[in-house]
Formats: sequence, structure tokens, C-alpha cells
Amino acid sequence: MNEKTKFMLKQIAFYTFVFTVVAWIVVPLIVVALYAFSSKLDYYDPSKIIPFHYTKQWVYTLLFTLRALDAIKNSIIVAVLTIIISFALGIPAGYAIAKFIFPAKDTIKLSIVALRMFPIPVMAIPLVVLYIRLNLIDTLLGVALAHTAMALPFVVLITSSIFAGVSTELEEAAMVFGLTRLGAFLRITLPLALPGLAAAAMFTFVMSWNEVFVASVLTLQHRTLPAQILSIMAGASGGAAPDYYKFAAAFIMMLPAMLFIFFARKYLITMWGITLK
Amino acid sequence: MVEVRLENLKKYFDKGRVKAVDGINLTIKDGEFLVLLGPSGCGKTTTLRMISGLEVPTAGKIWFEDRDVTYLPPKDRNISMVFQSYAVWPHMKVYDNIAFPLRIKKYPEEEIRKKVKWVAELLQIEELLDRYPAQLSGGQRQRVAVARAIVVEPDVLLMDEPLSNLDAKLRVMMRAEIKKLQAQLKVTTIYVTHDQVEAMTMGDRIAVMRQGKVLQVGPPVEVYSKPNSIFVATFIGAPEMNIMDVTVKETEKGIVLEGEGFEISLPQDLGELLRDYINKTVVFGIRPEHMTVEGISEFLHVKRKAKIKGVVDFVEALGTDTIIHARVGSKIIKVKIPGHVPVELKKEISIIIDLDNIHVFDKSTEKAII
Ligand SMILES: Nc1ncnc2c1ncn2[C@@H]1O[C@H](COP(=O)(O)OP(=O)(O)OP(=O)(O)O)[C@@H](O)[C@H]1O
Ligand SMILES: [Mg+2]
Repeated sequence: MNEKTKFMLKQIAFYTFVFTVVAWIVVPLIVVALYAFSSKLDYYDPSKIIPFHYTKQWVYTLLFTLRALDAIKNSIIVAVLTIIISFALGIPAGYAIAKFIFPAKDTIKLSIVALRMFPIPVMAIPLVVLYIRLNLIDTLLGVALAHTAMALPFVVLITSSIFAGVSTELEEAAMVFGLTRLGAFLRITLPLALPGLAAAAMFTFVMSWNEVFVASVLTLQHRTLPAQILSIMAGASGGAAPDYYKFAAAFIMMLPAMLFIFFARKYLITMWGITLK
Repeated sequence: MVEVRLENLKKYFDKGRVKAVDGINLTIKDGEFLVLLGPSGCGKTTTLRMISGLEVPTAGKIWFEDRDVTYLPPKDRNISMVFQSYAVWPHMKVYDNIAFPLRIKKYPEEEIRKKVKWVAELLQIEELLDRYPAQLSGGQRQRVAVARAIVVEPDVLLMDEPLSNLDAKLRVMMRAEIKKLQAQLKVTTIYVTHDQVEAMTMGDRIAVMRQGKVLQVGPPVEVYSKPNSIFVATFIGAPEMNIMDVTVKETEKGIVLEGEGFEISLPQDLGELLRDYINKTVVFGIRPEHMTVEGISEFLHVKRKAKIKGVVDFVEALGTDTIIHARVGSKIIKVKIPGHVPVELKKEISIIIDLDNIHVFDKSTEKAII
């Protein structure tokens, strides 16, 4: 084997690998999009893999008749609330862990991680009882609080590593030149931590967006999207839903995420580009 | 402008286990350039941080004139600081970095522009104002840090080893520039360094620190020629002062210092100072530049001399100076002679000592006797 064929083989292996990875992610997305809009006949026709006739009916029914659109709104509200509450609590904690030395720091860090390992189904019934007493049952705030509990350990650890990456001297310089500690944090550390915080916010958003168990248990009328879809699919409206509804539901769930990434992509890259320098 | 006074200032870390600063008394006069000099870990940065308000003292007081600022937050002290890492804010352009302290103090935008222009000209960074710190070299970043520190016209200017990250040539240049700038602004300045050459060339006075304490304060020449302890004597000067144990003896020639392989008889006035130490061991010190080698260069201006014998062990030819390592007894003594002089290795030489520049220290307290 000469050098040239070796090189060619390497190239082929490389592109095969890239293609496989991309296909792994993209093919299911394409399949979902195709079948979500496939007509009933085409869907059940075994001779057709790719449907020819398309309809918006399934997606429309889900969105409007079966109230998935309301659920999307709910999901967004819950996710945003989760970000706000978990950041309001998590940023000060993350900052403290990053910048200060205090007794039992490691124990506290460990217990934060340990919290994350607690199986949530075990808590479901006590949580419902508690929520009924507190009048939080079937409210978006209630779901957001539960999601906050799940996201908080993650937010604390992520933000602490972000803040550890911002030099303390930059903040001290701001204090020397006339700012209070809080002012220095808001005008120096926070802007510098912003890209990292944005990433943490995105993860929190996705976690809340995808969370189905707690949302299903805690709500009835005010469901988030996954909970609403789960109850539709499980047959809350009489019998299990046909397959094309499932594809339509999957499409509705993934579309906002895809749109978000598509539009945020450019902004995120420039933002990371600046701070990585 | 203010006078800064440190009163028995202390800072302990780790519940008193680390005594970073251990009782400093120091007055920095209005408009003075004071250098805090000491080896790594001796508490220079901690002292500076307490003066700036970033660190709260364990004990003691800090006065700006007759204002007790010990527990005042940094923003109420009207100070500026140049950090060792410069700490220019990476998310702001150079202009905004310099303007930031002024904006905090609510100067009108028009005046800010004027002041930034003034300071940018002073430090020759006008063409950098539109760049981000990531687009600057180390030396340029350092200028930005200095510009930011002086634009507010602070009462006290604090600098923590601002030149340590620069290459040798730039460092020498910036030394002169900072010194000139300070003289022009007449701002009370406390400058931290562990580089003794920097301290000697820049300071109006030098405070030599060791293990959280100030050992000696004085003008550079005084600290150099009259060190009060072995530590200060050896810390300042390069190559460092030769140090060896000698015994004080009284003979018919008067008081004599008897070392291993040599003997120096002292003039009467110096000898008298050692009367209490007769038959005791003391530490004798002599700087390399206060000796010469007979036959190579003569100490014509030196009135009182002594001679000891040695053997050339090694020669460092630096071009401007020649440093001869001579073996005397089992010790190596370094002699610094100006210019380039040829010296044969292994040759026996007579070393001439300038007796008006010798130092003698107490062996146990390490304090200077002569
Ligand atoms: N936050 C802290 N916690 C514990 N010990 C500390 C702390 N800050 C400083 N120290 C200790 O205090 C001593 C003095 O430190 P400092 O930073 O003042 O030294 P320095 O003279 O500035 O040294 P260098 O020339 O290396 O900068 C050191 O032994 C250091 O380890
Ligand atoms: Mg230091």
C-alpha cells in the first residue's frame, strides 16, 4: 500500500465516521418531520417508505383541539420561571463556593451533588400532599418550583465553576476604583460570566422543557407540553392515539428547540469567541 | 495628597497560624515614593491590600492624614492600585477601562474625554484606546493599568510588582517612566517589589520586609551603606555582600578580626566599637565592590585599607565588571572590579579591603554593630 492509498483510506474512514454521527442525529429528525405530516393512507401503506401525500391535520388537532399550544405556553412560562428562581438562588451560592473559603465547604458541595441522586418518584406523593396544602397544586409556579429543585444543584455547580474562572483581581480592581462589592459583581464579574451563564440557562431550559414526570403528577389543567402530550398519547381523549399523532407530537416537541438553536447559534458562537480569547 | 501611617498593623491568616503581616509601623510622607522590598511571601501584597481596603487587618490602624481608614471599604479611600496581573477588564475597550473609574465618580462625559486624552498622551497609548485588552502586548496592558490608576488623581497610589511580567529592557524603561510620572504627579506612592535594583533606582525610601516585619526603612543609599542587619545587608546589592564568621581579638596592634586564613587589624575608632565583643565570634561583612586586587586596580581614594591573601578560584567576566571568586581559607570571597581585567586562575592574589565600608554584625541578634 503506498502513501496515497493510505491517505485516501484515512479520508474515507474519516468521512464515514462524520457521516455516521450526523446521520445518527439527523435521520430520526427527518423521519419525525416526514411522518408528522403524512396522510393516513400513506402512513399505513407498507409499500411506501417516504409518504407522498401530506396533511397538517395531526399537528393542527394536537395544537388547537388537544390544547398543545396552551401547553407550549405553559412550558415556556415554567421554564423561564425555573431559570429565574434557580438562578436567583444558585448564582449567590455558586459565587460563594467559587470565591470564599468557609467551614464545611466540601461537605456542602457534596450534599448538593448527592441531592441530585435522590429518586424523584419516591417524593411524588408527599410532594402532591404538600402542594395541595400550600395551594400550589396544578399551578405553573408549583411546577417551576419542583423543576428548580431539580435544576438547582446543577446551576450551583456550573455557576461556581464559571465564577472561579473569572479572576478575583478584576473585581477587586473595580472595588478599588469606587464600586461596592455588589456593584463590582454586577458590572465586572457578571458580564464576564455571561456566556457561561447563558449556557447554564439553556441547559436549565431544556431540562424543564423535557421534564415529564413531576409535571404530570403536579398538574391537571395547566400541563406543560410533555405532560400534556403524554396524557394525550396515553389516551386521555379516549383510546391510545394513532402513530402519526405520536410523530406529530414529537415534531411539536422538538421544533421550538431546533428553532432556538438555529437563531441563537450565531450569537452564542460570537459570545464564546470573545471570552475564550 | 495625604500622608499614610501604619500603626502596629497585623494580618494573620488561618486562625493565626500564618502571620502574613506581623506588626508594621511605617509612615509614608505626603508625595513620597516608598518601596516595599522583600523576598517572596514576606507580606508585601498583604500590606498593600490592607492599605487599599481589600483586606481587613487583624489588628492595628491605618491613617490617611488624621482620618482612620482601617475599616473603610476601598471605594471610600480615594486610592488607586496597579495589580500584579494588571487586572484590566477584558470586556471593555482601553478607553472604557480608563474612563471607568471616572464614570463611577460621575464625571461629565466631556471631562472624562479630556482626562482620558491627557493620561493617554502621558503614557503614549493614544492609538490603543479603541482596542480590547486581548489585543495588547504585556507592556501596553501595563500602561493601561497605570493610566487607569492615575486618571482619577488618587490620594494614594499603590503598585504591586507592576513590572514583574515585562521583559528586561521594557522593565528598565518603565521604571524610569513610572518614577518620572510619580514625581510629576506628586502622589503618595507605595510600590511593592522583590527586585532590589528596582527598589534602589525608584524609591525615595525603601522599607525592607521579612516575615511580616519591616527590618529597616531609609533612603536607598542609606539602606545600602548602613544596613542594620545581616538580612538587609545581603538582600541589597548584587553580587551580594560577603559574609563570614570572625573572632574579635585584642593584640598589641589593637583590635583584630581573626577569620579562617586571614586577619584584619582595625583602626582604633572601629576597634573601640567592638570592645564588648573581645574573644567572641561576630559576623564580618564586606561588599564585593568595596574590595580590589593588588596590582590590578588600586584604591587611590581609599584612606584606610587592609590586605588579605587569597587564591583565584573562578572569574566572571561581565564586560562592565569582573567578578573574581577568591578562595580565602575554606570560604569563597567575591571581589568586584570595574571594567574587564584579565586574571589568571589559581593565582595567589592580595585582596585590598576598604575599611571604611566594612560591616560587623552580632552573631546571635544579627543586628549591625559597625
Ligand atoms: N488568603 C490567604 N490565606 C492564607 N494565607 C495567605 C493568604 N494570603 C496570603 N497568605 C500568606 O501570607 C504570606 C504573605 O503573603 P503575601 O502575598 O503578602 O506575600 P508577598 O510578599 O506579596 O509575596 P510575593 O512576592 O510572592 O508576591 C504568605 O505566606 C502567604 O502564603
Ligand atoms: Mg505579592
